Amino acid sequence: MTITLAHYLTVAAILFTIGVLGIFVNRKNVIVILMSIELILLAVNINLVAFSVFLRDITGQVFALLVLTVAAAEAAVGLAILVTFFRNRGDIAVDDASVMKG
Amino acid sequence: MVLQAIAFYLLAATTVAAGLAVISARNPVHSVLFLISAFFAAAGLFVLMGAEFLAMILVIVYVGAVAVLFLFVVMMLDVDFAALRAGFARYLPIGGLVAGVLTVEMIIVAAGVAGRGAAAGVGEPMAAAPGLTNAEAIGAVLYTQYIYLFEAAGMVLLVAMIGAIVLTLKHRVGIRRQSVAAQIARTRADGLRVVTIKSGEGVEL
Repeated sequence: MTITLAHYLTVAAILFTIGVLGIFVNRKNVIVILMSIELILLAVNINLVAFSVFLRDITGQVFALLVLTVAAAEAAVGLAILVTFFRNRGDIAVDDASVMKG
Repeated sequence: MVLQAIAFYLLAATTVAAGLAVISARNPVHSVLFLISAFFAAAGLFVLMGAEFLAMILVIVYVGAVAVLFLFVVMMLDVDFAALRAGFARYLPIGGLVAGVLTVEMIIVAAGVAGRGAAAGVGEPMAAAPGLTNAEAIGAVLYTQYIYLFEAAGMVLLVAMIGAIVLTLKHRVGIRRQSVAAQIARTRADGLRVVTIKSGEGVEL
């Protein structure tokens, strides 16, 4: 009944795949795509923390902290782009995003 | 030990179920709420592993800031989300197949990695080291060995903040704004005109 490293890695793997699947099936909805990316980064964090605590090396948790920072920054900038895009187009369908190319 | 296992399976199941709900909910507001629940369950997993500091940071940063930001944006945008779901059923079979294969592969690799190399023979997660809490242990290396990375993270946040402001700042035309510089630079000549008026006549302004 002991919970080993493999258990945590399995949870992270499933969560990662859910994130990838979310990007796949919600191709038009940018908001859900951003949330899927958050899920993927959460899975990465679970992996980092699991290895950190099982290998008794605190560096993994420091790295997870940095991943958390980058994820927050990415969410902020992504949502800002989304708001700007919505203002210009009146819609957030990603298919229309190709009109932004110069 | 059994209690720990029960907690793990409960939290893991919650995380996975909430993750699935995030990508399959019809209403994006529900998606955000399920995302919050997934983050909470993941924070519980972190606590279970003994990484309390990161668990609290996860709750504060993700639930308190990122998820609320998502909620604001979802509620602010007036979008027909039903139309955005078109293609969900079409992509689901092939996407599910790819995801299933990916999951199986990753689990096999994870099980392989967990049993060999540096990870071989580690059974228990790191309990709090004697006389040192998790936050103290992180702080001891974060502010010394990894100080440059810490500063770089701060810089990333600063740039993201400036970027988000620049992206969403809107200059509206036709709105009167106060210009302090113009007010201060105003001289007597700009605002005052001495007119000599002949008596009995009006004044043309």
